[in-house]
Amino acid sequence: MDKFLQLLLSGVALGGIYALVALGFVVIYKSSGAFNFAQGGFVTLGAYMVYQFGTDWGLPFWLALVLVMIAMAAVGMFLERLVIRPMVGKPTFTVVLITLGLLLVIEQVVRAVWTQPGLVLSVPWGNGRSQLGEVTLRHADLWTMVSAAVLLAAFFLFFRYSRTGLGMRATALDQEAAAAQGISVGRSFAVSWAVAAAVAVVAGVMLVSRGGGALSPAIGFVALAAFPAMILGGLDSAGGAVLGGVLIGLAEVMSQGYLDVSWLGSNVEVVVPYVLMVVVLLWRPEGLLGTRRVERV
Amino acid sequence: MVGDHSATPVLETRGLSVRYGPALTVLHGVDMKVPAGSIVALLGPNGAGKTTLLRALTGLLPFHNGRVTGGEVLLEGSSVGRANATALVRRGMAQVMEGRRIFAELTTEENLRTGAITVRDRRRVAEVTREIFEMFPQLAERRGNQAGYLSGGEQQMLAIGRALMSSPKLLLLDEPSLGLAPRIVEQIAERISAVGKAGTTVLLVEQNAAMALSIAEFAYVLQAGRVALGGPAALLRDDADVQKLYLGDG
Repeated sequence: MDKFLQLLLSGVALGGIYALVALGFVVIYKSSGAFNFAQGGFVTLGAYMVYQFGTDWGLPFWLALVLVMIAMAAVGMFLERLVIRPMVGKPTFTVVLITLGLLLVIEQVVRAVWTQPGLVLSVPWGNGRSQLGEVTLRHADLWTMVSAAVLLAAFFLFFRYSRTGLGMRATALDQEAAAAQGISVGRSFAVSWAVAAAVAVVAGVMLVSRGGGALSPAIGFVALAAFPAMILGGLDSAGGAVLGGVLIGLAEVMSQGYLDVSWLGSNVEVVVPYVLMVVVLLWRPEGLLGTRRVERV
Repeated sequence: MVGDHSATPVLETRGLSVRYGPALTVLHGVDMKVPAGSIVALLGPNGAGKTTLLRALTGLLPFHNGRVTGGEVLLEGSSVGRANATALVRRGMAQVMEGRRIFAELTTEENLRTGAITVRDRRRVAEVTREIFEMFPQLAERRGNQAGYLSGGEQQMLAIGRALMSSPKLLLLDEPSLGLAPRIVEQIAERISAVGKAGTTVLLVEQNAAMALSIAEFAYVLQAGRVALGGPAALLRDDADVQKLYLGDG
């Protein structure tokens, strides 16, 4: 039972990170119908920038985090304006390929700027742990869960109640009809990229902190692990991103803890999320909470 | 009688020409006036350029790779230049698009709120929402439902309500009767007429000439991208030649 609780905590925290990454994908997918591969790059770049502002230049961690979120929001908007906006009206496939290119460019930029190997991001909670009975609570997990919960709540309130959020949802459904209501389609795109990039910073920091603080240009590949989370939850559903994130996080951690299938080789937990994704898609092709297209003739 | 001719029309086009892509010219120098406080009908067969004209008026041409190649659109006497759709809504235009184009996956109430996206004052939005629900009681009953599940007539009412949310000076409607049962068309016509009486200027694009002429004060007939005819609605209604030539009657 203790082992289960232990794994549950760890799984939910990992799920929180996946949920944040998946949310970044979903917000852009919803507004523009394009799948943004560069999201993984935002995660990496965000974590490195927090290292630069906080650990290297010595700004207080939380200040550094907020500054980098703002800076990354600006980067997101800039990239949208520079390479995505001119592609409006072009096939979605083209846009998706461009985002894939962006991912590669960002990764190279990170390698070029932070050449020194073995950089470590310091976080206020460090490697702290608390003992709750037999269960160990890693402070990194705690902060991950708290920040994921706060961001997700803010996200939902924004989308449901703000004018900008409503405008973005309308833009996602029908750009021309949205424009006809006076909604600025360009602004909806810009805001979605800003939100996605800012959320990625938190995901990046939490991910690095979970792994003990070691930075690597490859951390953005967690975006690939958030993939099944997002597809499982439903590509266009923010709620689905959260649900999918937590399910995948749990599945990964639980299979790591319990599944003894040595005849399959090691690292089975890496495959489990994809198996789960395929099984869910066979049952519900639109994902757990994805939109079934409303069609009336 | 149509409005006051000495006053500046709410909307005027002068020699408006529109082209799609490199070569497809759809409008050839359209001159039209929509006087303040009137309902003006724009009639004509399929492909005459009615929808294109509305797109040109409301800034939606870029969505169809189209552009104004000549002439100008004047809103309350001043040229709108290259204003985009958002700017035009802010200047008091609102439209009901062809095919309704409601946001199927948003609720009825959220659809209405999108129409008020340019309105900052939340109290004002709540007030107008209440007015729309009074005008279309069916919508009030379904305010929390996904709009995609409304009936065709209800969706059309929602599209009209959504357009009215910004309290426009000028309401443009594209074929609001399309695909609806005669009884529903009658209801819609009544509402549009009421909107006009309440002081909103209306430009009504219709293929259903009988309906449009019954509520309009003035009408234009568009044919092959040109204004073929313009005059008081009553005159067009009673002219047998007009009926035969342009309105597909008989």
